[in-house]
Amino acid sequence: MYGTHALAEAAIQAGCTCYFGYPITPQNELPEYMSQRLAEIPGGVFIQAESELASINMVLGASAAGARALTSSSSPGISLKQEGISFLAGMELPAVIANFMRGGPGLGNIAPSQSDYFQATRGGGHGDYRIIVLAPASVQEIADLTYLAFDLADTYRTPVMILSDGMLGQLMEPVVIPKPRKDPLPEKDYCVTGAHGRSARVIKSLILDTKEMEEHNWKLFRKYQLIQQQETRWESYLTDDAEMLVVAYGTAARIAKGAIKRLRKDDPDMKVGMLRPITLWPFPSKPIKDCLSTTTDFFVFEMSAGQMVEDVRLSLEGKGRVYFYGRPGGVVPTPAELARSIARRYYQMKRSRKR
Amino acid sequence: MKQIYKRPSTLRHVPLHYCPGCGHSIIHRLIAEVLDEMKLREKAICVPPAGCAVLAYNYLDIDMVEAPHGRATAVATGIKRVRPHNLVFSYQGDGDLAAIGTAEAVHAANRGEQISVIFVNNAVYGMTGGQMAPTTLLSQKTTTSPQGRSLKTEGPPIKVGELLAGLGSTTYLERVAVNSPVNIKKTKSAIIKAFEYQMRKSGFSLVEILSPCPTNWKMDPVASCRWIDEVMSAVFPLGVIKE
Repeated sequence: MYGTHALAEAAIQAGCTCYFGYPITPQNELPEYMSQRLAEIPGGVFIQAESELASINMVLGASAAGARALTSSSSPGISLKQEGISFLAGMELPAVIANFMRGGPGLGNIAPSQSDYFQATRGGGHGDYRIIVLAPASVQEIADLTYLAFDLADTYRTPVMILSDGMLGQLMEPVVIPKPRKDPLPEKDYCVTGAHGRSARVIKSLILDTKEMEEHNWKLFRKYQLIQQQETRWESYLTDDAEMLVVAYGTAARIAKGAIKRLRKDDPDMKVGMLRPITLWPFPSKPIKDCLSTTTDFFVFEMSAGQMVEDVRLSLEGKGRVYFYGRPGGVVPTPAELARSIARRYYQMKRSRKR
Repeated sequence: MKQIYKRPSTLRHVPLHYCPGCGHSIIHRLIAEVLDEMKLREKAICVPPAGCAVLAYNYLDIDMVEAPHGRATAVATGIKRVRPHNLVFSYQGDGDLAAIGTAEAVHAANRGEQISVIFVNNAVYGMTGGQMAPTTLLSQKTTTSPQGRSLKTEGPPIKVGELLAGLGSTTYLERVAVNSPVNIKKTKSAIIKAFEYQMRKSGFSLVEILSPCPTNWKMDPVASCRWIDEVMSAVFPLGVIKE
């Protein structure tokens, strides 16, 4: 199954009944799949909107009305959606947004890239907020994390982004789609249904009183703290004996895994492992910092000119050594290329330790 | 004693914040009366605008979802598609609907979304302090058109009703005003008709209401009402545009 199709099908199994989007490469297979699939579902809503602005605001409306709603796009389109994402965060409405990143800035190209890390993990739109960012590294994980994304969005009443790229979207891999929900979706007591037998409900982000606004900001902040405590996810790969730790996510992590396998096979003494953040926000800062007990050398690989590397440095709080290898612009290096770069740093590290 | 006039139950018992002579208060009351009379209060979901009337949720006792500036018809689309049996309407000003939200309005109308739009046209951006709007009249002076709106550089005012009339899926479009008792009654009838169209699932309906903004027009309320009759409705003719 394609990554785009796996995301769509997992969303449907998670109880998503609404999709709103606007065509953009490299993710058009997702709305195409949804247009067919949602027509088969009672109450299914598919709209190809007139713009990204319209589609994210249709998500806002559907979410306010109580439905599980999805939109998807690629980098330039995600920029347009930021207005709506900020409103969703302010109004505390759940939503799932998939970004299949491509090279940028501007129109850039349609090749796989990881250039939207900052935008995704810092909120993206205006205002003081964060969103949960999930970074799958396989088609199976796209399916699993999409299913999870809808639950997280409802649990914390927050937008959740699935941050992927054109490579994973176009990739075909065997996948087990999560089973449809058996339990009913969680009760929502804030949605607009018409004030029948109850007082009217208002879903808004306008808070003119500065003290009330501040309190709302602190409320959001406490929610974000809770998410940081409870929802941080990562994968450790050969970290036990690792003298050097690669930190990479998504497609980059797949390439890194290939590179590490190759290095360890060629030189069994070469102790390189990997920590792969699965949630980019909340970022696995503590697990990375904890690695300082066994290693001091971190090799960050991203398909960008260096964005997540800043979070790695922040996590280490000035300790350890951080090397960076980046390939922006939609270039996808081979495991062999990456392995050469890691090996160079590894042997430098060894030499410097001897001294 | 027979009571012949009372506050509609949908209109909350709080003072309205609008300027003296502003049309929003009248329009709010009309909506409240209509919802009461049509027994639709418990089914109504409103999307208020960014603008003076964003605080409509303080006055109308119905479910509301705020929208980013211009996106009200997109938000209303999302709500209505999920809840097809509810009455879903947006309440938008001229900057909201005819400038930043033109695409959303045109496409919601063209899809024939089963929603109603209460479009308040006062020819200026009210809340931000009286800047030129897409509906500002030619040679009308505003804070951003101090020499008066020019046909050459700003183009003529956009007639939203006529613009949407060309779309196949719009079913009911009418322009009314709230500057006199007669016109206020006609406005109420138009709102009733728009809601009836929606509840019959007849398609997209819009009521354009010419509404005074004395503060930004720099006129007193009486002169404002006269200006609607003498100047504004010459450019925006009142009556049914499409039915």
